[in-house]
Amino acid sequence: MSAAAELSKADDRELVSFRVGGQDFCVDIMSVREIRGWTPATVLPHAPSYILGVINLRGAVVPIVDLAARMGLEPIRPDARHVIVICVVDNQTVGFLVDAVSDILSVKRSLIQPTPAVSSDVTRAFFEGVIAIDQRMLRLIDIEAVLPPIAARQERA
Amino acid sequence: MSSSIDIRQTFFQECEELLEALDDGLNALAAASEDGSVDSETVNAVFRAVHSIKGGAAAFGLESLVRFAHQFETALDAMRSGKLVATPDIVRVFLRSADYLADLIASARDEVPPTSSAGPDLMERLAQLVPSNGARMPAQPAPATPAPTTVSDADDLGFQPLALAFDFAPEPASPAGFTIRFAATKQLYGNGNDPVHMFRALAELGALESLADSSALPPLDQMDWATPYLTWELVLQTSESQHSVHEIFEFVDGLCSLEIRELQADAEPDRDQMIAEAADFSTPTPTVTDRPPAEPAASGPARAASGKSAAQSAGQKGSVRVDLELVDRLINIVGELVINQAVLAQCVQDAGIGAQSDVGAGLDEFRNLARELQENVMAIRAQSVKPLFQRMARIVREASDIAGKTVDFVTEGDAVEVDKTVIERLVDPLTHIIRNAVDHGLESAAARQTAGKPAAGRICLSAAHRSGRVLIEVSDDGAGINRPKVRQIAIDKGLIAADAVLTDSEIDKLLFLPGFSTAPKVTDLSGRGVGMDVVRSAIQSLGGRVNISSTPGKGTTMSISLPLTLAVLDGMVVDVAGQTMVVPITAIIETLRPAASDIHPVAGAGKVVAVREKFVPIIDLAETFGHRPTSPDYSNMVLLLVESGQNERWALAVDRIHDQRQVVIKGLESNYGHVPGVAAATILGDGKIALIIDPDETAQRKRPQAAFAPALMTEEV
Repeated sequence: MSAAAELSKADDRELVSFRVGGQDFCVDIMSVREIRGWTPATVLPHAPSYILGVINLRGAVVPIVDLAARMGLEPIRPDARHVIVICVVDNQTVGFLVDAVSDILSVKRSLIQPTPAVSSDVTRAFFEGVIAIDQRMLRLIDIEAVLPPIAARQERA
Repeated sequence: MSSSIDIRQTFFQECEELLEALDDGLNALAAASEDGSVDSETVNAVFRAVHSIKGGAAAFGLESLVRFAHQFETALDAMRSGKLVATPDIVRVFLRSADYLADLIASARDEVPPTSSAGPDLMERLAQLVPSNGARMPAQPAPATPAPTTVSDADDLGFQPLALAFDFAPEPASPAGFTIRFAATKQLYGNGNDPVHMFRALAELGALESLADSSALPPLDQMDWATPYLTWELVLQTSESQHSVHEIFEFVDGLCSLEIRELQADAEPDRDQMIAEAADFSTPTPTVTDRPPAEPAASGPARAASGKSAAQSAGQKGSVRVDLELVDRLINIVGELVINQAVLAQCVQDAGIGAQSDVGAGLDEFRNLARELQENVMAIRAQSVKPLFQRMARIVREASDIAGKTVDFVTEGDAVEVDKTVIERLVDPLTHIIRNAVDHGLESAAARQTAGKPAAGRICLSAAHRSGRVLIEVSDDGAGINRPKVRQIAIDKGLIAADAVLTDSEIDKLLFLPGFSTAPKVTDLSGRGVGMDVVRSAIQSLGGRVNISSTPGKGTTMSISLPLTLAVLDGMVVDVAGQTMVVPITAIIETLRPAASDIHPVAGAGKVVAVREKFVPIIDLAETFGHRPTSPDYSNMVLLLVESGQNERWALAVDRIHDQRQVVIKGLESNYGHVPGVAAATILGDGKIALIIDPDETAQRKRPQAAFAPALMTEEV
């Protein structure tokens, strides 16, 4: 019993949860570098609509993704109350614009359910799964899938 | 284990330096061999380089390298001792041997089999050069060693580099023994060597007497434990050759000051007398001073004995090896510092504190320091183009061998410094250009003589600073571009229309089109499926431009213009529909505010502006980058006239010019990807990001893609 409990404890995942367009999302805390307030971004020409532009993060040029627009929701109109979650995946640093960061939680892996079949496969591909907590549904984002496609792929988009 | 890998790496790094020195020496030798003014110090330098490579290679068990280096060294030794006189032919063999040696080193480093198969042939030729038993080459004149001049030189320096020649040539008889003066450096002990092992090895050669000179020992309380104070006088009675004595000290070559003198069988000089002589270098005593050149051998007796550490520090080379990544990180941080300073200055200004206040003055100082720091850090990355040019000399040698042409290769501006990355990425395009020059540029010797030119072709590679950029030119004195032929090929390949009217320079530029090759047959040299278009794109990716000019019968010149560094650029900060953007100053010819009457529409396809009777197409940046639809009226905007390497001009329309300043280049690629028309990003004084426009690419995208041939025609470089 106790051994099993320990095992599951090691199996916990730490997640950062936030709200976008009235929905709850979360990402693995390991990919989150920092959370900062909104600063106006420099517009990138020829970029997809969900790319708000680039900001200066201590000397690095970091693109900002409007997560709402990326998820097919109403685009966020950023102001000082909005928050940027800076994530790093495979040495690529990207900021995600969200409405507000809610919590940091520890969730047992076993509680992560597969993403229910929704109509859009594209949207479904953005999620690793969903988690039921306090009668809410947390959508666990697969950051790699949400990242803006680099260079060549982007030309086609 | 990792430390041995480190040492191995260091060895290969050193090899690069040694190869450079070797190349230098051989080139000097080649020049001197023409007029017979060979200087023994040059030969010594070449010998030392090969010898050091051999020594290091032996330590790593690189057998084939050692074998070849040994043969090479033996031949050089013969020249050093005056048994072999440097003639142009011999020097050519040496040069080829040096190339092969570089090949062997590269193959040992990468642990792949050597690419060149010249080894056995060269070994043989080197072996033939070495006269057996001291017999002189029959065809050679007596080795008129330039002794008198060198002796006077030596007097100036208090140094006797030629001694070996005196010693070896006239006295081949085996000596009765040697006196050896040995002083270790700190490094010798630092490397884990111990003189006692060497002395034991000496003792195996014959009866050995040793005397330690402890006169330099300071009082115990002033003693530095790491500094060696002892020197030794050794007298060895042996019938072995001097070479075998040298061999014992081979491993500490360069780590000690070593003098080996032959002992006369009949008259053994008084030892004190001998020490005095050994120390007094102004008298031309026949001493053998092998290496290192900067050792106390050059200094007076007192220094040699007591000033050990001073001499040693003087002997250290004034350079350090630094991980390139570390330098890049440093450059990044300094870039941040400069930006941070600008942000801070802005804040102070916004807070209403005047520039006259203490804070303002302090900030000014800060700015100057930050700038100075930045410049100096940038300078770390800058390297002279010399190694690159040496490499090209080798390409010329190989290429001219294959093509069967004699080529005089001349370089100018070896000392010009460019960013290391630029140099590295210049190797391939330059190799290609040089090969082209040898293969296509220069005519055959017969054709040259018919044209009244010297049989040997001439290729000149030069580097120079030109208004904040580096200009590298490769020129040959060949037949020039055969324009009718180039034109015909372009027509045959469907690159241009058969009735296209082209100027000479437009025809020359056809060479840069993808898939263009004028060689009727694919040769070993060029025509490996890589065309000049690849050269062009490689140079472009460095922010450079390449141009070609040619005079029939006189030759062809390829000029490459490059930025000094890839880290900063001078930019004009402009406003484009509310967005701040940067246009590289190098691209801008002039800025103008057009009168409404100067702007003319061309049907519905856009507008042009008349600039001194010429019509230049206008590119509206705000429209190009999708910030707003085309402006109906350009007359209240500013036009930046830009020019491509192909002398094509465009006018970039912007709302306003803010400023002109140096900006630090930040890549967009790593976190986002390439943005069409945008070269990179930078961070402005307010901490915001501004995009740096790539004028050429912006113009490319605006160009209609419809007409195939014209589109290719106007493609700029």
